[in-house]
Amino acid sequence: MSDTAAALPAGAAGTRPFHLPVEHHTENGTLLGFWLYLMSDCLLFACLFACYGVLGRSYAGGPTGAELFDLPVVALNTTLLLLSSITYGFAVLEMQRDRRAATLAWLAITGLLGAGFVGVELTEFAHLVHEGAGPQRSAFLSSFFTLVGTHGLHVSCGLLWLVTLMVQVARHGLGEANRRRLMCLSMFWHFLDVVWIGVFTFVYLMGVLP
Amino acid sequence: MSTHGGQDAGHATLKGYLTGFGLSVVLTAIPFWIVMTHAIAGPGTTAIVVLLFAAVQIVVHMVYFLHMDAKSQGGWNLLALIFTLVLVVITLSGSLWVMYHLNENMMPVSPQQMRNMP
Repeated sequence: MSDTAAALPAGAAGTRPFHLPVEHHTENGTLLGFWLYLMSDCLLFACLFACYGVLGRSYAGGPTGAELFDLPVVALNTTLLLLSSITYGFAVLEMQRDRRAATLAWLAITGLLGAGFVGVELTEFAHLVHEGAGPQRSAFLSSFFTLVGTHGLHVSCGLLWLVTLMVQVARHGLGEANRRRLMCLSMFWHFLDVVWIGVFTFVYLMGVLP
Repeated sequence: MSTHGGQDAGHATLKGYLTGFGLSVVLTAIPFWIVMTHAIAGPGTTAIVVLLFAAVQIVVHMVYFLHMDAKSQGGWNLLALIFTLVLVVITLSGSLWVMYHLNENMMPVSPQQMRNMP
């Protein structure tokens, strides 16, 4: 911004230059744009959280959260996602050191942890549906499956993106475009972990309270 | 502001990630422990404590994993975040407030009556 102020008086003295000598685009526009996408995604989750907050105790005579939720399984899932966050961080650090093989290795570990998370969640869902506590049972379960399912869908899309990027990095190396993509996925992945903090606190931990 | 691309990752350090991870583990383990062992008697108090831990952990993730600070992207990241948080607070508190009062003003229905509904 200070560059603009400095450039204008110089131009005003003679012919005003149409093109300023310095470009004033925000640096890393893609990352800012992606951040704005994440914020809109945050609003989506806020609506689903509000929905769960309103309907979360409407059991319609059906099973309650205290009867359904298995906290050790949730703790396992939380651990998997938290570990995948730190391993993605290690991948970013290796990317900064320009070590392609190490970056790919950490990305693969991140993918495995993420796949483990989705696997455990799907098992939990299958178990609930099998017990007759499917999304059509009560408003509580509808909002539960929508909120947790949307998060799981995001993680699944993140996994697809991760595999795509691993192929790209393996083929084309750590060029500037791939670095930018890896940083976008990094934000996405850590953002999903942030949403999961809300899910395990608001849905599971508070759900089992009387 | 940096002059070339890819610098935003420059915030990332091993120390930062490990600090964030360590704090997250502690901030996750404590609420799980509180709820699973019934360490706090009142459910209301437990809920507030657990929510506070979540709020702190979200800030930890924002700072150490998402590298939020007032300078990233020339402050636009933070501005967008604050705007989003305002909307999130309005959405959440507004929905809960309105629907709570709606429920209060409705006829009470017991689970028994609910089962016999057409």
